[in-house]
Amino acid sequence: MKSTRMGGALAALTVAAGLAGPAAAQDDTFKIGVITFLSGQAAESFGVPAWNGGKLLVEMLNEGGKMPAPYDTKGFGGLNIEVVVVDEAGGATKQVQEFRNLVQREEVDAVVGYVSSGDCLAIPPVADELKAFTILYDCGTPRVFEDGSFEYVFRTAAHATMDNVSLARYLKSRNFDVPSFAGLNQDYAWGQDSWADFTGSMAQLFPDAEVKTALFPKFGAGQYGTEISALLRERAAVVHSSNWGGDLQGFLIQATARGLHERSQLALAAGDHVIPQLQDKMPDGVILGARGVNGLAAKARGGELQELTDTLWDAYEAEYGVFPVQAPFRMWQALLGLKTAVEKAMADNGGTKPTDEQLAAAMKGLEWDAPSGHIEMALADGHQAIQPNAIGTTKWNAEEGRMELVDVEYFDARCVNPPEGMKAQEWLAQGFPGAKCD
Amino acid sequence: MMRSNLLLSAFGAFAVLAAGSVILPDWAMFLFAMALAKGLVCLGIVGMMRGGLVSFGQGLYYCLGAYTATLVAGSFGVSDIFLLTLLSAGVCLLVGAAFGPLLANYRGIFFAMLSLALSMVLYGSLSKMSFIGGTDGLNIAAPTFLGWAPEGRPLQTALYIYVTALVVIAGTLMRIFFDSEQGLITLATRDNELRVEYLGASVRNVMSYTYVFGAVLGGIGGTIAVLALGHVDPEFAFWTTSGEFVFVAILAGYLSVPAVFVAAIILEMVRSFSNLYFPNTWQLALGIFLLAVIVMLPNGLGSLVRRRKEDAT
Amino acid sequence: MDLVATILVDGLIYAGWLFIVSVGLTLVFGVLNILNIAHGSLYAIGAYASASLVGLYFAAGGDAVPWGSYAALILAAVLVALVLGPLLERGLLRFFYGRDEVLNVLVTYAVFLILEDVMKLIWGVNPYFVYEPYTLLGDVEIGPLFYVGYDFAVIGAAIVVGLAVWLTLNRTKIGKIVLAVIHDSEMSETMGVNVPRIYLGAFMAGAFLAALGGALTAPMISVTPGLGVNVIIVAFAVVIIGGLGSVPGAAIGAVMVGISRAASVHLVPEAELFIIYFVMAIVLLFRPEGLFAKTQARKI
Repeated sequence: MKSTRMGGALAALTVAAGLAGPAAAQDDTFKIGVITFLSGQAAESFGVPAWNGGKLLVEMLNEGGKMPAPYDTKGFGGLNIEVVVVDEAGGATKQVQEFRNLVQREEVDAVVGYVSSGDCLAIPPVADELKAFTILYDCGTPRVFEDGSFEYVFRTAAHATMDNVSLARYLKSRNFDVPSFAGLNQDYAWGQDSWADFTGSMAQLFPDAEVKTALFPKFGAGQYGTEISALLRERAAVVHSSNWGGDLQGFLIQATARGLHERSQLALAAGDHVIPQLQDKMPDGVILGARGVNGLAAKARGGELQELTDTLWDAYEAEYGVFPVQAPFRMWQALLGLKTAVEKAMADNGGTKPTDEQLAAAMKGLEWDAPSGHIEMALADGHQAIQPNAIGTTKWNAEEGRMELVDVEYFDARCVNPPEGMKAQEWLAQGFPGAKCD
Repeated sequence: MMRSNLLLSAFGAFAVLAAGSVILPDWAMFLFAMALAKGLVCLGIVGMMRGGLVSFGQGLYYCLGAYTATLVAGSFGVSDIFLLTLLSAGVCLLVGAAFGPLLANYRGIFFAMLSLALSMVLYGSLSKMSFIGGTDGLNIAAPTFLGWAPEGRPLQTALYIYVTALVVIAGTLMRIFFDSEQGLITLATRDNELRVEYLGASVRNVMSYTYVFGAVLGGIGGTIAVLALGHVDPEFAFWTTSGEFVFVAILAGYLSVPAVFVAAIILEMVRSFSNLYFPNTWQLALGIFLLAVIVMLPNGLGSLVRRRKEDAT
Repeated sequence: MDLVATILVDGLIYAGWLFIVSVGLTLVFGVLNILNIAHGSLYAIGAYASASLVGLYFAAGGDAVPWGSYAALILAAVLVALVLGPLLERGLLRFFYGRDEVLNVLVTYAVFLILEDVMKLIWGVNPYFVYEPYTLLGDVEIGPLFYVGYDFAVIGAAIVVGLAVWLTLNRTKIGKIVLAVIHDSEMSETMGVNVPRIYLGAFMAGAFLAALGGALTAPMISVTPGLGVNVIIVAFAVVIIGGLGSVPGAAIGAVMVGISRAASVHLVPEAELFIIYFVMAIVLLFRPEGLFAKTQARKI
């Protein structure tokens, strides 16, 4: 009796789910599913600024004519862009489910998303299984295309190896004396990988430097008192950190209060995004990168991409009251890449909305311009982007009340990214074979 | 009479669930398969709940099962779903048998917290092991079924039917256990442990058995979940994962076995839709749903059936 | 300064913080028999509230008397307790007294989820900063190392909080009544104790302590979403080690965890992640209900 009642409930659920029809996209709209952090620690640093930037760009594209050429056409090849946003918080399990829902229930034409490396590893096999065109826009781990190959998955940003190679190259080219270095990184894959990349690069460029302590406080720890004591005691010439968001802000506040930046040179692999929050609390003379020529480094670069950069920069500043940091730049380069791919596919298929197969074919090996520089899908058989990078040093401009990046060095994409067919770790271990640093 | 009734319900439940493989759209079939796999884990908690214990660390076995399957598949090229399930169940049986007698000494919140601590130690250890992916986790290839390697919809259907069969088998076994002498002792423990001891039964043994059974179910659930998802990471052992299992168990209540799976499916649906419709406030929606359930159905969904049945008699 | 002294100082600073964030948890459990996961949310709300209030203070010309920002910090914690204490206890938790402990954990888990998003609705996702109170107390030079004076103020605050709670419970009439309610609430009620009021008072005290923990932490961090989740687990561990419901237990638990963690960071950084569980496992192995557990009669 009991079982049949519950069986009835099960049957009802089954039928209810069967009836819930999909919301299919029309032929004159291109529907993208955007997945990014809206809650949790990564929301403030990456997820929300990225989507703020993305929303702005989508609105400008849908209006048409707001962007400089070649992005002055309306929408994606005339198609209106429609967006469904999903929160990335909740772990890879949830994301795989949400991905299936986006593709099979919401029937999106493309998925653009994922900040977390774990999500970026979990999604590609599912994307290929469902034959769903997917762009990974932010995550850093090189493992995505080193451990597997995927037809329908593309990453439009360089992987994280570039960040730490550039940092070490910057120390070298600026003639820093580095007899020893230490690290403080978050205790999860991102922090562990960044430290491995940094020590790997340093072993090539500063073979005599001694590795002092490597600290891995828990993600979201908030309290760094003990770690800072340990770093102060070690007196390493350079202290490396790939911390981000609240963890980086907390670390900097506590470290500068205790004079760590006067005892050691701070080198932050992804530190630019905390500048708008910390302002003059960010000490002068900190070496930092932005995971690409993003934020202040893009603004300071000049050159032919200036108009494109300024258009988006000014719109962002006007809308949100702060300047854009790395995350919106990566969202922009993903969306502009998608636009280029859609329009290329439409040119090939006679102007109808491209299928997933046509999109994938168009995206493979694509090159396009973004505010962060010239993006090339050069690795992993045309599925993984490389892009130039920049490292600079912080300097507070007291007169204008804003942080500036000085002594900026721009690195060619092929100088700080491994060549096609070589894994990042091997490339570091062999001393950067094939690197082209003009 | 009892047994034949039970068998009949089991077949009935299987038929209803299996029908889902025809009428459900792709996304819903996947959601159901995941929900049923998690339901298996929750069934283990319900088994313990009948004895008054709630494990807040069932993620330990869910994660252990998932990693066992992934590592075996990755290192030895095993892809057969039956073999992988058996292996994970075996590993969880061993680990459960090691911890069970130890944990059986603890009650109430201490049992809950100690089981939680164990699963957090696994979480921490896996996060540290960058050679198996650290916090980023690992991927596992799609399973094969005795040499058959389906793709696309057939793969999802096969997985779904497989988990359905396991659910019905586990549910039936659980029901038989509930109605057995040991099962009734478990239920009596919930009311008063001391009395049970005075009657000459060993509460500790009973609790160890239910714990080990829960461990095996956790391992099986984790294996199916990882095969469906294609990816495992240490988050499987994080306390919020375990908390979700406990929530399903509470939502279901300890009275009815099928209620566990209904509860699991409801939770997955609520989460999936609130995620889409309230991307900024889905936690709020989920929390309110949780509270509403606890307030309105203090003994779980199963109590609905029980109440009606009592009205009828 | 040698390593041992550094470890001790670092350990005590961390222990002071740990004690403040966990003593409220143990107090609420002792009286209401509820293990409050939402303690982490109250901590985070305390941090947000103090960041806002201190921000307001300086915006209103508090630069002239920067010391007033400390009053603003504490006031923020009081406000959180006054608003959320009655709301949660009277509005929700009182319906669950005497129910299963684990069910109550889930109730507070639901509250935790709700508050996570409520905070986001109120304060948004952008970080809040209040550095002023952190640097106001200057530096303390111990041997070759600099410490921030504020760190020692946190230790001081922990000692004050601990003494205040302990003295209230053991040396005042109201404290005696609370202890009576902890021991047997039904019997206390028949003796004329207004038990609901004691429950409310205890919960508000717990909420204040959680919020105070957040308020005191806010100046040294950036206050961002997701702040609460990391606090819960460490606070749980400290409270379980010390014995649920025991204030001295929480103090000793905090010192044990603080010092072992500091030792681990300086000597074996790889083990830091496990140290808290390790201490917990060792303690529970020998004392299954924690160091200072109240013994409970088994009812037949």
